[in-house]
Amino acid sequence: MAKSALLKSSIGKKYWMALTGLFLCLFLAGHLAGNLQLIFGDALKFNQYALFMTSNPAVKLLSYLTYLSIIFHAVDGILLTIQNKKARPIAYAMNNPQKNSSSASRNMAVLGTVILVFIVTHMVNFWAKMHFDEKMPLQTVRIEVQPGMAQEFYITTAGGYMPKDGVELKNKTDLIDINAHVKVGEAYKDLHKITFAFFKDEKYGLIFTILYVLAMGVLAFHLLHGFQSAFQSLGVNNKFTPALKTFGKLFAIIVPLLFAIIPVCIHFNFILKH
Amino acid sequence: MSSAKNININLKIWRQKNAKSKGSMETYKLDNVSTASSFLEMLDQLNEQLINEKTEPIAFDHDCREGICGMCSLYINGRAHGPDTGITTCQLHMRMFKDGDTIFVEPWRSKAFPVIKDLVVDRSSFDRIQQAGGFVSVNTSGNTIDANATPINKNDADKSFEAAACIGCGACVATCKNGSAMLFVGAKVSQYALLPQGKVEAATRVLNMVRQMDEEGFGNCTNTGACEIECPKGISLENIARMNREYLKASMK
Amino acid sequence: MKLDSKIPEGSISEKWTNHKNHLKLVAPNNRPKIDVIVVGTGLAGAAAAASLGEMGYNVKAFCFQDSPRRAHSIAAQGGINAAKNYQNDGDSIYRLFYDTIKGGDYRAREANVHRLAEVSGNIIDQCVAQGVPFARDYGGLLDNRSFGGTQVQRTFYAAGQTGQQLLLGAYSAISRQIGLGRVQMFNRHEMLDLVKVDGKARGIIARNLITGEIERHSAHAVIIASGGYGNVYFLSTNAMGSNVTAGWKIHKQGAAFANPCYVQIHPTCIPVHGINQSKLTLMSESLRNSGRIWVPKKKEDAEAIRAGKLKPTQIAEDDRDYYLERKYPAFGNLVPRDVASRAAKEVCDAGHGIEGNATNEGVYLDFSTEIQTKGKQSAYAKGNHNPTAEEITALGKQWLEEKYGNLFTMYQKITDENPYETPMKIYPAVHYTMGGVWVDYNLQSTIPGCFVAGEANFSDHGANRLGASALMQGLADGYFVLPYTVSDYLADEIRTGKISTDLPEFAEAENRVKELINKFLGNNGTKSVDHFHKELGHIMWNKVGMGRNEQGLKEAIEEIALLKKEFHSDVYVPGSADELNPELEKALRVADFIELGQLMAMDALQRKESCGGHFREEYQDSEGETLRDDENFKFVGAWEYKGDDISKEELHKEELKYEFIKIAARNYK
Repeated sequence: MAKSALLKSSIGKKYWMALTGLFLCLFLAGHLAGNLQLIFGDALKFNQYALFMTSNPAVKLLSYLTYLSIIFHAVDGILLTIQNKKARPIAYAMNNPQKNSSSASRNMAVLGTVILVFIVTHMVNFWAKMHFDEKMPLQTVRIEVQPGMAQEFYITTAGGYMPKDGVELKNKTDLIDINAHVKVGEAYKDLHKITFAFFKDEKYGLIFTILYVLAMGVLAFHLLHGFQSAFQSLGVNNKFTPALKTFGKLFAIIVPLLFAIIPVCIHFNFILKH
Repeated sequence: MSSAKNININLKIWRQKNAKSKGSMETYKLDNVSTASSFLEMLDQLNEQLINEKTEPIAFDHDCREGICGMCSLYINGRAHGPDTGITTCQLHMRMFKDGDTIFVEPWRSKAFPVIKDLVVDRSSFDRIQQAGGFVSVNTSGNTIDANATPINKNDADKSFEAAACIGCGACVATCKNGSAMLFVGAKVSQYALLPQGKVEAATRVLNMVRQMDEEGFGNCTNTGACEIECPKGISLENIARMNREYLKASMK
Repeated sequence: MKLDSKIPEGSISEKWTNHKNHLKLVAPNNRPKIDVIVVGTGLAGAAAAASLGEMGYNVKAFCFQDSPRRAHSIAAQGGINAAKNYQNDGDSIYRLFYDTIKGGDYRAREANVHRLAEVSGNIIDQCVAQGVPFARDYGGLLDNRSFGGTQVQRTFYAAGQTGQQLLLGAYSAISRQIGLGRVQMFNRHEMLDLVKVDGKARGIIARNLITGEIERHSAHAVIIASGGYGNVYFLSTNAMGSNVTAGWKIHKQGAAFANPCYVQIHPTCIPVHGINQSKLTLMSESLRNSGRIWVPKKKEDAEAIRAGKLKPTQIAEDDRDYYLERKYPAFGNLVPRDVASRAAKEVCDAGHGIEGNATNEGVYLDFSTEIQTKGKQSAYAKGNHNPTAEEITALGKQWLEEKYGNLFTMYQKITDENPYETPMKIYPAVHYTMGGVWVDYNLQSTIPGCFVAGEANFSDHGANRLGASALMQGLADGYFVLPYTVSDYLADEIRTGKISTDLPEFAEAENRVKELINKFLGNNGTKSVDHFHKELGHIMWNKVGMGRNEQGLKEAIEEIALLKKEFHSDVYVPGSADELNPELEKALRVADFIELGQLMAMDALQRKESCGGHFREEYQDSEGETLRDDENFKFVGAWEYKGDDISKEELHKEELKYEFIKIAARNYK
């Protein structure tokens, strides 16, 4: 009985919400560290990081865990919301919940749903392109080979340059020598470029930026309640709780804020160039 | 009390003939209510008026009228036990209201607390949770060890007492947006888990009580903290955390 | 009717042990064949139901509240006595026995009281084992406080919620049995009559308060543990639903009702605020450990206070009359309840009352001295040997908050005044009824098979109950007396078999109940039930209250008889029989209160002496103290029902014998 209780019981569901939620907080921190390279690092470093994130087996494992967490967190959340709605079939004619609880804590499901929609669109915009798009651009560099004559090169993962017109592409990133028909290197997918293009898009760039910032606002509210709530659900409520709550609040504000700064910087060209 | 004065008020009160019928909010006017009266004395006054008009008075639960039996249970102006905190409805006084106010009075709303009539709800689900494990399995012979044979750390004893102060009124369920009973169950689990006498059965107790709680159709805790604010006895959220811990421990066994 | 108290022979300290050793037993395999009904789920009822269920009997328990946990035992604040002598101040079973007899003004049965003192220690052991969180000291051991009428610290407590914690303990025990299927619980059910078959109690008629259905329940024994009858005064510290109906119905079926005039007026309640007041709130007697009671010495000061022109804190120390300390230096503010109450009435009658209500009735309970004393102690304990005045006050208030925080908050919520800053206003209010159904040593009434426990019986407190003794008695009866004595009775019932509810006696009783209900619903009178209840309360408080006299009592008897007539012809009960109908419930209860009220006045009239809570103005000494008449009134007055006209009831006397305690004038000076 005890084992199944961990999945089915109300408290069991809380544990899973808390554990997946906290894991996603860790993911957010990691993701943020990577993203910040968009404004602090150069394009190559960012693309190298992107490649690392999509190819390293350990990271892959973590990413699968993240997908699972998101799905579990969402499904569990929906199940809980249904259970909770059922628990009060008739609503109060007059209710005054703002007197006893924060609006964030009362609207976790709504906030969560918005975040889920954001995650899906975000993945379509970036993750899917990175993984599946046949036309995903590769990072190139223009080098003046002779004065007044520039040529475009692919940057290879080995650290070299391959002239763009000397190779053809296979499997999205493999560089094949057009003459010898052998693989001579591998290029970087230019996630940096599509990110910049996305937020600097002449027509929609501003809208995308605003939507992104709004989504981060929603995330902040979700975290504002969620972070400390997760510890309560896991049974952590002791002398460290006040400190934990403060940390949670800081986390909930700083992380989404930094996320939000990135597209704003991109859109308005506040990029620190080396 | 010389500071008392009389006010006139409007009331919007839930009327429902019985468990099966549909109810609705009805409007009443009541004059000359002393601000020194308790909220329930105001309802007595209204009922006296209704009886004199030969209409049926409003049914509401109440008994001790000193905030300890846990029988009174009204959702007043959108809050469990009304606008004041740390009290039950019977301890709410009319000095909290102003002349001309419109006051909403509704029953606890929860699937696990079905309405019986008007403002009266059935809270036997709480009893069934208690019956599932809210006790120490000691027989009543009195042939136990001497009461002072087992010293109990004062801090634990005090915490246990604070949890045991729960009066089972159901305000936590009523105010929780999810209709969750976790503050109630958490308090029961904590009271015993903190005492050596209760530790022996701690694992089965928490599993059984939570199972019963789920079966009764209560919602789940999302840690909004509303219950702690509205609880007339100030039962702390710590007790829910303790229950969560106890449950985890018990589930791993 | 013959009253046989069945007090066992032998020395006082061996009576109970010997008696228990010779009581008949029911073998475990026979117990499931026997049904027991318990009415009421307070300390006595829940404890009895849990114990009997655990023994293996089929128990059916009834309460009118929505849960057994709500019984009014829950409201007891101060504590529970037990002769544990943990504080090493000379306490013993004998001392508790002696204090209780003396506190009861020598009107209780020695044997019963000694048994109570004997089992008091087991109660504490039992409750601690059940997980009742009593207050503890820093060494982890149980803490004690002292209470009125005693010179030792024997009161165990859980902040100001001792009754709640003990009841929840008993509730957990009964809940366990309900969960195991050994006790069947009937919430929101009210017993409306007793069914007797061949002279024995064989069942009850109960109304399901939700559906209105009239139900028949049979059993081999019926235990009544339905509490006291303080609500006969309308305003009391009892719960709104507390009633005498169960006790009164068995009285009508032949159970003698003993000492109805013994009512305890509790000295420390919040004074009345106005005409719509529905109940009075008690401030625990434990507050008298820390508070000093006073009124202004000068009448003009009292007048100015009532008019709101003067604050109590403005009255100089010399202008305050700490009348309890003045009159009773040995016990001071800790005199027994009846003495403290009467003293308050006396100073208010003399014009020193401080409450600005219709009757000017109120005195001060002042904590300022305690704040200073305890503040200083706390400072020293913290190593601060030169505390400033502010530090002392702050620490003193902190000490008070720890000890009485919830009571102080409760007071402030009700009165809108801060008792840390200004003295509390208090006045006596009806609190507990020592009288009740007459029972023998086995707690059996004059109806075979009908047992009565807790406040509902008359047995242990004589004419006045000491503080922290009610909880003790309730649990003693339920846990440690009834399981033995009821089994003794049931030993002869193992061959009886299931009792059919189709017997004509059940139909008859059911018809009586239905007729009464239909009569009320069809009455179509003009006045509400509360109107009559308030009228009754008015008569009772003024004429059968703290001070009684022959003329007033005679008037009361007539007025109540008239009120009864008017009530039955002019009460208006709305709604129908087959639904939740609180007005109907009240009407049925008030009908019984009216009859009881009349009997109380009759009992007070026949008792031409003053003792404990019964104060006849004609019988007092030169200093206004009670004057007992041991020669003529050293008896239990048990009344036998003789039909609808209460004035026809017949008085039977059970002579009280004091073999082990020398009867003496009660002196707290």
